Amino acid sequence: MNKTINQKAWLFVIPVFILVAFNAVVPLMTVVNYAFQETFGNNVFTWEGTRWFKQILRSDRFHSALGRQFLFTGVILFIQVPLGIAIALTMPKKGIGVSVCLVLMSMPLLIPWNVVGAMWNIIALPEIGLLGHTLNDLGFDYNFTQQTGDAWFTTILMDVWHWTSLVVLLSYAGLRSIQPAYYQAAEIDGANRWAVFRHIELPKMKKVLTIAILLRFMDSFMIYTEPFVLTGGGPGNATAFLSIDLVKMALGQFDLGPAAAMSLIYFFIVLLVCWVFYNLMMRNEAQG
Amino acid sequence: MSKITLDNLSHSYLDKQNSDADWALRDINLDLQDGGAYALLGPSGCGKTTLLNIISGLLNPTKGKVLFDDKDVTSQTPVERNIAQIFQFPVIYDTMTVYKNLAFPLKNRGMIDSEIDSRVKEIAEMLELTKTLNNRASGLTADGKQKISLGRGLARSNVNVIMFDEPLTVIDPHLKWVLRSKLKELHQKINKTMIYVTHDQTEALTFANQVVVMHEGQLVQTGTPVELFEKPKHTFVGHFIGSPGMNILPCQIQSATPVIDGVKISTNSQIKKSNFSKTEIGIRPEFVSFSKEGIPVKVLKVSNTGRHKIIDTECKSGKIKVLSHPSKDIPSGSAFLSFNKKYTYTYGDSWIIE
Amino acid sequence: MKKYKWLVPTIYILFLMLPIYWLLNMSFKTTTEIINTYSLWPQKFTFENYITIFTDNTWYTGYLNSIYYVVMNTILSVVAALPAAYAFSRYKFLGDKHLFFWLLTNRMAPPAVFALPFFQFYSSINLFDTHVAVALSHCLFNIPLAVWILEGFISAVPKELDETAYVDGYAFWRFFFKIFIPTITAGIGITMFFCFMFSWVELLLAKTLTAVAAKPIAATMTRTVSTSGYELGLLAAAGSLTIIPGAIVIYFVRNYIAKGFALGRV
Repeated sequence: MNKTINQKAWLFVIPVFILVAFNAVVPLMTVVNYAFQETFGNNVFTWEGTRWFKQILRSDRFHSALGRQFLFTGVILFIQVPLGIAIALTMPKKGIGVSVCLVLMSMPLLIPWNVVGAMWNIIALPEIGLLGHTLNDLGFDYNFTQQTGDAWFTTILMDVWHWTSLVVLLSYAGLRSIQPAYYQAAEIDGANRWAVFRHIELPKMKKVLTIAILLRFMDSFMIYTEPFVLTGGGPGNATAFLSIDLVKMALGQFDLGPAAAMSLIYFFIVLLVCWVFYNLMMRNEAQG
Repeated sequence: MSKITLDNLSHSYLDKQNSDADWALRDINLDLQDGGAYALLGPSGCGKTTLLNIISGLLNPTKGKVLFDDKDVTSQTPVERNIAQIFQFPVIYDTMTVYKNLAFPLKNRGMIDSEIDSRVKEIAEMLELTKTLNNRASGLTADGKQKISLGRGLARSNVNVIMFDEPLTVIDPHLKWVLRSKLKELHQKINKTMIYVTHDQTEALTFANQVVVMHEGQLVQTGTPVELFEKPKHTFVGHFIGSPGMNILPCQIQSATPVIDGVKISTNSQIKKSNFSKTEIGIRPEFVSFSKEGIPVKVLKVSNTGRHKIIDTECKSGKIKVLSHPSKDIPSGSAFLSFNKKYTYTYGDSWIIE
Repeated sequence: MKKYKWLVPTIYILFLMLPIYWLLNMSFKTTTEIINTYSLWPQKFTFENYITIFTDNTWYTGYLNSIYYVVMNTILSVVAALPAAYAFSRYKFLGDKHLFFWLLTNRMAPPAVFALPFFQFYSSINLFDTHVAVALSHCLFNIPLAVWILEGFISAVPKELDETAYVDGYAFWRFFFKIFIPTITAGIGITMFFCFMFSWVELLLAKTLTAVAAKPIAATMTRTVSTSGYELGLLAAAGSLTIIPGAIVIYFVRNYIAKGFALGRV
């Protein structure tokens, strides 16, 4: 797209800027403040410099939590993105099927996250839960509170159930926005279904898909409530993802300094990955 | 290459039709000769794109048939009909180069690479795209992109008809005439049937050999640009074509002669019936002149465009525009107008009385 | 192959509905039954959970409070985001790329980080325990979301459309509302739903910034983890009820989403 240079465009952006900055600046200052200090309670702080940062970055505990987190997020993206796109491609375009699909698919997204965790906790219990009971009936030795593999399986299943619809809805809306002329031209050009997907649908959905992927990355990387309620981070530390570990440290040990430092490191990792991904995806736009 | 016949076509986008207004197209009968350059002209919403899409096969008509060379193709797909269509805004494959865009329809039909290569180069030459062949299609300007769309349509050598749906809509005004001439030139070179849909009369009148005027879903008149100009069969045609359009004035019929403001008007029409709910006189401003007697009018305004003078006048029955030579003197205040009988027509219920 | 297309969304929906069925199942059971028996439908069917919710004032008002601030936030976010998204899509200006990315960074911090500072901040400007406070605080993450989604949809509309309208003599705002907005209905529909959804499920800030007057269901939801352990039946009933408003929202915007590109002839 050839954008026109127009500095007055800032006027359009000002409301957004104010509303967001209003919220963003204050807490940020607080966090940064804490990250560089030590407290022994009573609101007494001593300057600690970069001690907390070094401590975190060198700790094994941090590394394993980080590793677990990347693995989890990787699996989630790998499943949810293609699955979401595939479902969006097969959804009806008009008629009552549209309402049925949209309403039913949006339901998992609307349940408060602690309820999601709690309900999956019950569902996964071997004696009284639909999933747990059925799996054990089928002969699997399934126990998510004691077996790491089962805990991971359940957590991933829960997240797929909870969030895939986000990718579906975004992809669906993106698909519906493609002007009919493109499909008509492709029909006239004799293109087959795969060519239409590859040359028309996928390119036209690129921005929307970028958003979906970035959202899923960020949210799964920062995930807290659902796995906490489901497994508590267990068994042991098996499903203690980064956020869970962070809160344990901050609340449990009241180490505000390291916790704040960890928050900042956390933030920078997310920032970096998003920045890289965003630039990769949008690299083509600059040439186009 | 084929002759196209439209047989009693009607189309509605609704499942049930309660009135005329529910039909997008009504009773279209039309013969398009092989190799002709046709324009479908009409205001927005008159049904021209609907008709175009029915001819190309993108839309199935509610009633009626489409025939290519007397063969019923109504149930055939666009691919089977071998047509090409260029849309209102450039439709290109963003991810491909210009070369790949042009080669795309050929590849889908299983042509071998060497043939594809020579054909693509040939088309690029014709459309002056050769220099950009290896550039990304998305980087071209709007007119370049439309040329790519056109190229994809032309690439297949056995194309029957090429259809244009207001293709110059997004083109810069100063490039419009360049592309328009290019299209005309193309038509003369490749001699295929071309159908051009537009609401712009200049485009229609310069491109086409035959213009089909549409209004509210019906074909109003088909003819050469000159025929449409000199003898509009419907007041809509008279009003729509020409700038300024035809003067249409209500008149009464007294003993088989039309009368305006008490003045008898001699026209080219023979009035036999007189049971119309509405009768009007149509005369183009070019054929109105000031004289010593005729319809009494008041001269309101004179504008000089350099090429001619446009005079706005008013009589008791309505306004009349007059076109005259730029150097001619124009009377002011009150005057009389006379109409050139050869080009004066009477219209009953908007249709011409011959 | 094309015939079986419908199987895909059907199987997916079945997968989604199973746990929801289970949730409903639990909502009609007593907590004791849930914990002690495995039953595909309530052995002792009871409305007691729902009755508790409907008769307890805090649940009922909590529900309304939530709807109130969520709607406020959704409207505010979409209205503010639309012009900004348009600007980001169509114009180049100083700092545009960085600003755009900065917006997204506001969604990158774990919410726990904001709880205490927000509490102090909103208290200091006398907005503690108001709907406005929650609605405003949710702008932190909803506005970037709205801007990003809308920008994606706006960019999909060819810029030639804007220019054609200008040539036809449209004043800018008239063009924006009459011609442009209809082309991005899918984007607006989906943005509204997502803003609604993310604000609706946000518990931490909503709880932190309110006490009594604007107390949302969020607070009461977490209250069900009482000293006696989880009141599962109640939680399930409340959870089921929270689905309803969002389902209504998406029902209303379904046509905007499905119709997608609705370009009128210019």
